[in-house]
Order: sequence, then structure tokens, then C-alpha cells
Amino acid sequence: MTADDHLAWLRCEGRIVIVGASLAGLRAAETLRAEGFTGSLTMIGDEPYEPYDRPPLSKAVLLGKASARHTALPRRRDVDAKWRLGVAATGLDLSAQRVRLADEDEVEYDRLLIATGVRARPWPKEAEAQLDGVFVLRTRDDAVGLEQRLRASPRRVLVIGAGFTGSEIASACREQGIAVTVAERGGAPLVGALGGVIGAVAAVLHRENGVDLRTGVTVTALEGDPAGRVRSAHLSDGAVIETDVVVVALGATRNTEWLTGSGLGAGPRGIACDAGCRAFDFRGIVTDDVYVAGDVARSPHPLFGYQFLSLEHWGNAVSQAEVAAHNMISASADRRPHMWVPAFWSSQFGVNIKSVGVPPMGEEIMITQGSLAERRFVGVYGYQGRVIAAVSFDNTRWLDFYQRQIETAAPFPVESPTVDRRPEGRRPIPSDFPDPSLPSHGPTVTLSGYSPADRRLVFSPARR
Amino acid sequence: MTHHSLLRQITDYANRANPYPLYKELHNTPVLHEEDGGPYLVSSYWDILSLLHDPRISSDAANLAAAGADEMGGVAETGLPPSFIRQDPPEHDRLRRIANRPFGPPHSPRKIDSMRGELAGIVSGLIDGFGQARQIDVVDQFAYPFPVTVICRLLGVPREDEPRFHTWVEPIVAGLDPDTGKDDAERRRGAQEARMQLGMYLAQLVEQRSKEPTGDMLSELVTSHGPDGPMTTMEVLSTAVLLLIAGHETTVNLITNGMLTLLRHPEYLERLRNDPGLVVGIVEELLRYEPPVQLVPQRTCIADIEVRGTTIPKGSKIWLVLAAGNRDPERFTDPDRFDPDRKDIQHLGFGSGIHSCFGAPLARLEAQIALSELARRLDNPRLVKDPPPYRQNAVLRGPRHLLVDFDALRP
Ligand SMILES: Cc1cc2nc3c(=O)[nH]c(=O)nc-3n(C[C@H](O)[C@H](O)[C@H](O)COP(=O)(O)OP(=O)(O)OC[C@H]3O[C@@H](n4cnc5c(N)ncnc54)[C@H](O)[C@@H]3O)c2cc1C
Ligand code: HEM
Repeated sequence: MTADDHLAWLRCEGRIVIVGASLAGLRAAETLRAEGFTGSLTMIGDEPYEPYDRPPLSKAVLLGKASARHTALPRRRDVDAKWRLGVAATGLDLSAQRVRLADEDEVEYDRLLIATGVRARPWPKEAEAQLDGVFVLRTRDDAVGLEQRLRASPRRVLVIGAGFTGSEIASACREQGIAVTVAERGGAPLVGALGGVIGAVAAVLHRENGVDLRTGVTVTALEGDPAGRVRSAHLSDGAVIETDVVVVALGATRNTEWLTGSGLGAGPRGIACDAGCRAFDFRGIVTDDVYVAGDVARSPHPLFGYQFLSLEHWGNAVSQAEVAAHNMISASADRRPHMWVPAFWSSQFGVNIKSVGVPPMGEEIMITQGSLAERRFVGVYGYQGRVIAAVSFDNTRWLDFYQRQIETAAPFPVESPTVDRRPEGRRPIPSDFPDPSLPSHGPTVTLSGYSPADRRLVFSPARR
Repeated sequence: MTHHSLLRQITDYANRANPYPLYKELHNTPVLHEEDGGPYLVSSYWDILSLLHDPRISSDAANLAAAGADEMGGVAETGLPPSFIRQDPPEHDRLRRIANRPFGPPHSPRKIDSMRGELAGIVSGLIDGFGQARQIDVVDQFAYPFPVTVICRLLGVPREDEPRFHTWVEPIVAGLDPDTGKDDAERRRGAQEARMQLGMYLAQLVEQRSKEPTGDMLSELVTSHGPDGPMTTMEVLSTAVLLLIAGHETTVNLITNGMLTLLRHPEYLERLRNDPGLVVGIVEELLRYEPPVQLVPQRTCIADIEVRGTTIPKGSKIWLVLAAGNRDPERFTDPDRFDPDRKDIQHLGFGSGIHSCFGAPLARLEAQIALSELARRLDNPRLVKDPPPYRQNAVLRGPRHLLVDFDALRP
């Protein structure tokens, strides 16, 4: 068969398997069908549910405004797939082109897409993590459990970790009048994602909304009552918090363990792939039949010095899934690169936060519009004389402009006047990110170096 | 100059019925600057969109005045401060947030939808009012009175005062027309004068409502107690002037352009009659194909900016020709075809960015109800004159009259 014949056959009668039946998996399946793939499609997902949306789980669902059972992702089209839900993939045989399942079954593929995402990092002390009332928040089941506890008028909720998820949970509690303590190792909420300057604004938001925010502390132990229900938490500064609901929001771990020994370049930081979403094997050689998309992927980005980026962004999952699906059934010349500029949004304490680019790369920040004190502003991050990222609080409509500044490597500091520039925005100031090698709640976008076979847990981005 | 500049041809009334060939010519020079001191015309979809999100572009009336246009809305002569459409952040944002509290989400998420029944009632009343006539003027008998009634009720302005405030609205709207003719200064003075009169008229109402709030937007604006605090009385007045005018001088054109376009494409009129759900796509395509606001002439740049290799110097006036962007072949396939089945209609009809149309949800609902009801109730409607006579205005462009014959009124 010539390459053309092979492609025609693949599009018509090939077998495509997608592991991970969530946002990226579903959008990829839809794209495959939309682009004319008529072969067999198998969706393997370890959760027993059809694909659902996660962002509402820490927002509308906790507020009781939406039910966790009704967050199914809207379908763009029929995907005509064989669904294997509630079954995990447990292994991959690259040479035999086979995926092993937890129920001992095996599924063969001609093209494989891996979209197994991430899971919440659990509380590290297992016995304490087992206490009744201790939660993480990643899945629909997590959200149902947590929401029920919030309904049951807890005395106080303790959130460990003030990243985006932790902050959103705290916000949902306060909106319902529930007492909440937030414990954060860093100097402020969101510091890992947005740096200390913005973190300070987030801290004011927490406190103004009645959150008992404790920064610069860690939780050293959770204590239960004789019935196994969590009762209190001990902090590193000696404080004891009486609480009956604890939410562990310490970031995420990539779901790659099932690939151990498979020969793929998969590790704790994700699965390395090229700009066309093809997975690398551990030797750094790109495969041609295994693709990766979504939170589990690390892919190199031309705008950021071709370092691998790991993103936990909804929009990235969608865009990368579409590119991966397209490339899986296209000839080399027709393949497209995944060049999504990172973008993330969050809503907490009534404020819409959005970022574009890679804020943690920013050495300095400049408030080009609005003011930090009013909590309505645009902050622009600079890296080696160019614009590398931007963040807005209640000012989303300007971000398209800054995205283009990032794409065109516009000079930093931003000299030209902008509407609503205040005196505080005339000069850049250090963006004040914590040492990236310290574990924290996770910045949601991480630079993970140049090596496709990177297996280190901790990587320090190339900052001075 | 041997040829008339494109800009002058666009503002020339002779081209009002069909300016689209001129816009097509604009696309040959995506950034067009024809006269010293004149505006830079931008006509490509992507360029307009990015300029609408560019913080180096200002809507501030003072910047525009400095750029050479003797702007209406200037503080000095009328005593009425510019409304938020002519302001930059942070003032723009604050006023728009306060105005939005009684109007839309997050504070009043169901406001517009809750008006659906009331709007349908007004539309039925107007159509029933055609009586035994078998010819109507869509503008005078329907497309104008409908949104006027709606905005009056929304604001709490007595409908029966319409003849009074209409005499002020006319010159104000004429003042928005960037006709570059000689009577410019006079026109602007007329507009300022009228704006002050309208403001004084509204001041009486506002005075009443501050004592006895009646649940309408004027009452809500004077008694506003949100996190941004209240508007000053002057701010309430200029906001009310803005809403009153924006609320009825644009929707009239959308409805009229809509009926005209449907009569020119009877297959869609027929489909709409059989499937009222199609109206959503039809209204969006109309906002692309025949946008009631053809161009936004009130921007200046506060820094040198580069658009497609042309540097627009700091302080220049910029015209964003929305109607040309809506027919940009780089953005839309077959841009000159009216095609409500387009998959991706995203148009510039309501602008974009922080000044994007405040009233868009209301305007959409009004047009949807109006067009589906006309389609349903007029039996065999026919255009009497094509093209119809147009209003003078090049910015707020639409027919002055639209005569339609029909055989019967369906119940
Ligand atoms: C509470 C919460 C709030 C969020 N809010 C925002 C937000 O505001 N903005 C934003 O941009 N992003 C937000 N996100 C992130 C966003 O939801 C993710 O980026 C997105 O879900 C990624 O999709 P994915 O398909 O790549 O991965 P996932 O959604 O993680 O899906 C992976 C799926 O694969 C399954 N799986 C894993 N291993 C296996 C295996 N071995 N076999 C079979 N199946 C397996 C998993 O169970 C899961 O169902 C939020 C996430 C959470 C949890
Ligand atoms: C079909 C009908 C309408 C069209 C096509 C339309 C179009 C537009 C456009 C293009 C703008 C942007 C102007 C700019 O960028 O400077 C705008 C702004 C505005 N519109 Fe509309 N409009 C319509 C109906 C309405 C209605 C019904 C209302 C009021 C209820 C309204 C209120 C406003 C206001 C207040 C602004 C200023 C917004 C700001 O500056 O933030 N409009 N409109």
C-alpha cells in the first residue's frame, strides 16, 4: 500500500481508540467524525459517566445553582462510538498497537489518542485522607459529596491550598455564608499562577469577603474523632482549626502511571508530544500512531522558546483535541501545529479573572490599565524585554489586544499610552513569583524544559 | 482632486440606497486616509475587531474634539456631560455598570426576557392597527412606533410625549451624521441645543422619580445604590438621553432593513412564516448584511498605531466601517449573499469590546418578534418601491419609508 492508500484506508476502515472520555476525548471524537472518519471509534474512560464539564464543579455546582449530575458536555455532533465507560486502561503495547483494560480485555488500534488528563493530588497522609469530611475536587462524584456537606451547615470549612480551585471553593462557601479558613504555603492566594503582586490583590479579595486566610503556613496534620470524622487541623504555626469539612486543593497529578514501561515519553509532568500532538517515545523519537491532547500533554510552543508547556486549561484541551484529531487522519503535509496561546479564566468573589500567555515566565509586571486597589485592572508580564503574558481582573474585553502583543513579542515595558493608565502603571515592578521548585497548589501552566523524555518531578523554568 | 474621495462618496446621500460597492472599494485600501486632517477609514473585519479591543484607541469626546471635530456632547456648551458612549474607562465602565444594574445580568438577569410578552403585545396591537388598509408604511406604522414604545416603557418616559421629544431627537441624530458638508457647524449647534432641551425635559421626569420611584429605569438610575454608588443627576440625564436615542433610532432600521431584505429574498420570508425559529439566524445575518449602524466615526488614537503596515499617527480620527467589515471577503465566504444559514455569522453589527452595544439583547428580541410577526400575519406582502427612499443619515442608515402592499391580514 502506498502512503495515500493507507491514509484512505485508515479514514474509511481504520480503528481509532481514545483513552480518557472527558473534554479532550469527546472533542477529538467529534472532530474525527466531522472530518469524515468512518472507521471504528472506541472511547475508554474510567469514570462511569458520559463526558461532563469540570469548571462548573467549583462554581455553580457548589453554589447549588447547577446540579453536578447535569453538567454533561454539550455534544457538537453524534460520534457513533463504542463507549467503554467505567473501565480504566492499564497498559499499552506500542509494537502490538494494543491497549490493555482493567477488565483484562484488550483493544487494538491503528491510531491512539491519549487524553487521560490529571487527577487531584490527594492529601499525602493516607490515614488522614481517609477521614470522613476530607475531600478533593476533580470529579463529579467529588462535587456531589462536597456539595452535600456544604448543604449540611458545617461549622467551618478548611481549604488547603489557595490556587484557582481552592480560591473558587472558598468563594462559593462565603457566598453561602459558610465560615471558611484557607491555608496556603505561599505568601498569598494565586501566587504560583500569577505572582505576588496579583496575589496581594487576591488576598484582599479573600479577606474582604470574610475568608480567614492564613498564608505562609502548611497544614501539618488532620485529626479525626472516634467515629472517623475529621474534627480539626493543625497548622505549622501551631494554630489549630476546628473544622468538619476539609478540601485538599493542592494541584494535580498527571494520569500517566498506566503507561509505565510502555516506552512512551510519559512521566509525572505529562506525556511529551510534538507540535502536531504526536507522542514522543522515551528515546525522544516521535511516534506516528499515538497522539496526546488535553491536560495530560506537554507540548513545545514556539512563542515560549520551544519549551514544553503543561497546561490545565479548558480551552487548550479543546483546541489540542481538535488538532490531534485532524492530524491523526491527515497526510503529513496537511497536518496542523497546535499553537494555542495559553488562556485561563476563573471567577471568584464576584470577580472575573482571565490570563493569557505564561505569567510565571514574567520577571516583571506593569499595570497598564485600571488600578490594583480598585481590583479592576490589566497587568502585563514582561520577560527579557518582551510581553509574555497578561492578566485581567474584571477587564476581560481588552485581553485580545494583549494576546496579540504576546504573539508578536511586543516590547516590554509597555511604553505607549493606553486608556485608563494610572500613575501606578507607568513603571514595571518585579512580578514576585515564588521559587518554582517549591511545591504549591500548582500554577496551571508550567514550563517543563526542553527534554521530551523529562521525568523529573520538579523542574525550574529558565528564569534568571 | 478629479475624483470625489471615497469618504465623500460614502457620506453622499446619492449613494445611500446602496453603499456596498463603495465599501468593496474600501477593501482595496484597508487603511484609507484621503485628506489631511481627515479620518483614517478601516474596513477589514479583523482590523476593526482588533481596534475595538485596542486600549490605545479612545472614545473620549475630549480627544475627538482635539482631533478637530467640533463634537456634540462637549461639556462646555450644553452643560450636559458626555454620555458613556463618549467616555473612556474608568468613567465609562462605572457608568455602564450602574446603567446595567436594572437592565441585565448579573443584577437583573431576567429583565429582558421578562419583557417578551409585553413586546409581543405591542407588536400585535400595531399590526391589528393596520385595519382594513392593504398598503402600509412599515416605518411609520410599525418599525418606528414599536421600539419607541418599548424604550419609553423601559425608561419610564410617557409615550404620549413622543411628538415632543421627537423634535429634539431628530437634530441630535442628524448631528451624529458625519456629513462633511458645509453646514456642519450649524448642524452641530442644532444638535447641542436639542440635546440640552431633551435633557431638560428628562430632568423633570428624573426629579419626579427621585421622589416617587416607579420601578422603571429612570427611577432605578436615580435611586441606584450598588457598589458603584449613585450617578450624579447630570450623569443620569446624559445616560437617559443616550438610552432614549440609541433605543429607538437603531432598532427601527434593523426592522425596516429586515423587512426590505426579506421582501427581496422571498424564499426566506416563506421559510420564516413556516418556521418562526429561523428568525434568530435571520436577525443575526441582517446585522451582518444590513447593519443599522454602518460605521463608528467617534474614535481617536492616543498613540501611533500600526495597522497593516500603515502608521496611524497619534491624535488621528479613525472611522471603523462596520458594514464593510461585515462584508469582508477575508472573513466571510460569499459576503454579498444574504444567507441566514451561515454557520458562523459573528458580525460587527453591535460593535465589540467595552463599548459593544449595551442594548443588544433588547434589540435582538425586538427584531425577532417584529419580523416573525410581520412574516406570519401579512398575506402575500410586496414591495411597492425598490429601492425605497432613505433617511439622510450615513451612520444610522435605513429607509425613511417602506411601502408594502399585501392581500390580507392573517389573525
Ligand atoms: C474544579 C475544576 C475547575 C476548573 N475550572 C477551570 C476554569 O475555570 N478554567 C479553565 O480553563 N479550566 C478549568 N479547569 C480545568 C479543565 O476542566 C481541564 O483543563 C479539562 O477538564 C481538561 O480536559 P481533559 O479532557 O484533558 O482532562 P480531564 O477532564 O481530566 O479528563 C481525563 C479523563 O480521563 C480519565 N482517565 C484517566 N486515566 C484513565 C485511564 N487510565 N483509563 C481510562 N480513563 C482514564 C479521567 O478519569 C478523566 O475522565 C477546572 C478543573 C476543575 C477540576
Ligand atoms: C438594532 C439595534 C441596535 C444596533 C445595530 C446597535 C448598535 C450599536 C453599536 C455598533 C454600538 C457601538 C458604538 C461604539 O462602539 O462606539 C452600540 C452602542 C450602544 N448601544 Fe446599541 N444598537 C442597537 C440598539 C440599541 C438599543 C435598543 C439600546 C438601548 C436600550 C442601545 C444602547 C446602546 C448604548 C447605551 C451603547 C453605548 C455602549 C457603550 O459605550 O458602552 N442600542 N450600539
